[in-house]
Amino acid sequence: MIDLKDVTKVYPNGTHALNGLDLHIDDGEFVFLVGPSGSGKSTLLKLLTAELRATTGSVIVNDFDLCKIKKSVIPYMRRTVGVVFQDFRLIQNKSVYDNVAFAMRVIGASEADIRKRVPYVLEMVGLDSKGHRLPDELSGGEQQRVAIARALVNNPAIIIADEPTGNLDPARSLEIMMLLEKINALGTTLVVVTHERELVNRFTKRCVAISEGKIISDGMDGYYQYEE
Amino acid sequence: MKNKKYYVKNKNYGYLAKEGVRGVFLHGFMSFAAVCVTVACLIIMGSFSMIMLNLDHMVQELDQQNQVLVYVDDSLNEAEAHSIGSQINLIENVFDQEFVTKEQALESFVAEQNDPTMFAGLSADTLRHRFVVTLQSSEKMAETVEKLKALEGVADVNAHLEVAEGFGTVRNVLQFVSYAIIIILLVVSLFIIANTVKLALYDRKDEIGIMKMVGATNTFIRIPFIIEGSIIGLLSAAVAFFAEWGIYDLLTRKISELDTLRLFSAIPFSDVLGTMVLAFVGAGLFVGIFGSLMSIRKFLDV
Ligand SMILES: Nc1ncnc2c1ncn2[C@@H]1O[C@H](COP(=O)(O)OP(=O)(O)O)[C@@H](O)[C@H]1O
Ligand SMILES: [Mg+2]
Repeated sequence: MIDLKDVTKVYPNGTHALNGLDLHIDDGEFVFLVGPSGSGKSTLLKLLTAELRATTGSVIVNDFDLCKIKKSVIPYMRRTVGVVFQDFRLIQNKSVYDNVAFAMRVIGASEADIRKRVPYVLEMVGLDSKGHRLPDELSGGEQQRVAIARALVNNPAIIIADEPTGNLDPARSLEIMMLLEKINALGTTLVVVTHERELVNRFTKRCVAISEGKIISDGMDGYYQYEE
Repeated sequence: MKNKKYYVKNKNYGYLAKEGVRGVFLHGFMSFAAVCVTVACLIIMGSFSMIMLNLDHMVQELDQQNQVLVYVDDSLNEAEAHSIGSQINLIENVFDQEFVTKEQALESFVAEQNDPTMFAGLSADTLRHRFVVTLQSSEKMAETVEKLKALEGVADVNAHLEVAEGFGTVRNVLQFVSYAIIIILLVVSLFIIANTVKLALYDRKDEIGIMKMVGATNTFIRIPFIIEGSIIGLLSAAVAFFAEWGIYDLLTRKISELDTLRLFSAIPFSDVLGTMVLAFVGAGLFVGIFGSLMSIRKFLDV
């Protein structure tokens, strides 16, 4: 569950990235977040992962109040939110399997649990036969699947993806979106930032458009609401 | 609360240990350099400690020799000189006295020399009759010496007072210098290890970013680097300890070969083995752990 009320974010250099933003996303929703470059989408996602703190307003994610959260609690809050980026952010010298297992190891999961969970997640993203490969032996689409598997492996309540298809061709992009839709169907809340109008319009999903740090439209009628 | 399932208890200590060991080898050259510098620092620190210990030992030995020499005035003949003995016995803190004539003194002096023939022509008249006075306690030595000096017919009293005091001063200066050097070297080692770990951190900046992203605690992120630092520190301690042992044994053997008069008696290394092991391991762990903590602190504040 995500709940933002009257959120503003002013960067130290004076940039007003978010200007009084209200947004509520329920458990189990699939939401596209669209808007021109520089409109504040990434800033919004960084507030949700406690990478940044809101200047004013309230940010609640999975029952954690991120305006009051103690530093020592942030790691536990982050385990409830899986993150996927445009640039995959895989560890190049670790195999696909180890990249996914890494996310479990570093929160102290036992090797027995890891051996059970990682193959299951790899199968879910369609990479069960490529666990031993290194990231640079995979296509871009496959690398993003690894990143999605990693985001998924600790069973987060929410997955947020910042332009996950920005580096992929349209066919791969569609596959990734369908994978995210499948993950959503299994119960995980999905927040997906994207630029691609075509892609958004292929799904009938809630679409939130941001411009200059404010929400300008929010509905099921797709991306067309917002003009570049 | 429904988020409870995300508070996983650590069940993967093996991973932490493995990562720590891996770090040492991943930055093999830097680790090697850090070990070398830390070993050098530890050896110098150890050597100063051994010098200190030996000086203390020598001062103690001097203290234990609570004997003073009482020289009799030249104008007294042997019989007159001898008679002072009874007065010496009356002085408080005197345990025993033994009269030594100038002839006996010369004899034993010549006998102590490497080449007795050199002093063959020496006349006993260049020396004085004397008493070797043994005191009950060396603490009141200065007081007793004053009383001995006050006796009629006593020309001079030779106590180790000045020697002891001189040694004391030398020791104090050396102690100060040693502490200063030890602190400087500790800081040097600390920075070297901190830099090694910093390099490891830079190397794994992306990994750390991912760890934070998926919810690793700062403690969990820190531990492998602390293990890495500790391994470097402990390895250095082990190498430095055995090197110190070897160097010390070699040096004291060489010195005792030259020191035929047995003026200097070194503490055998085996006497301080336990203390030295503790000191080296302690210093090694200290620079290892704090060195890594120093460099991690800045890194984790993201
Ligand atoms: N670290 C930063 N410091 C200062 N300004 C920033 C920083 N990050 C982003 N901004 C500014 O905040 C605004 C919103 O940026 P961002 O959230 O990245 O937009 P989007 O992801 O929608 O392209 C932009 O004007 C951007 O220049
Ligand atoms: Mg962005």
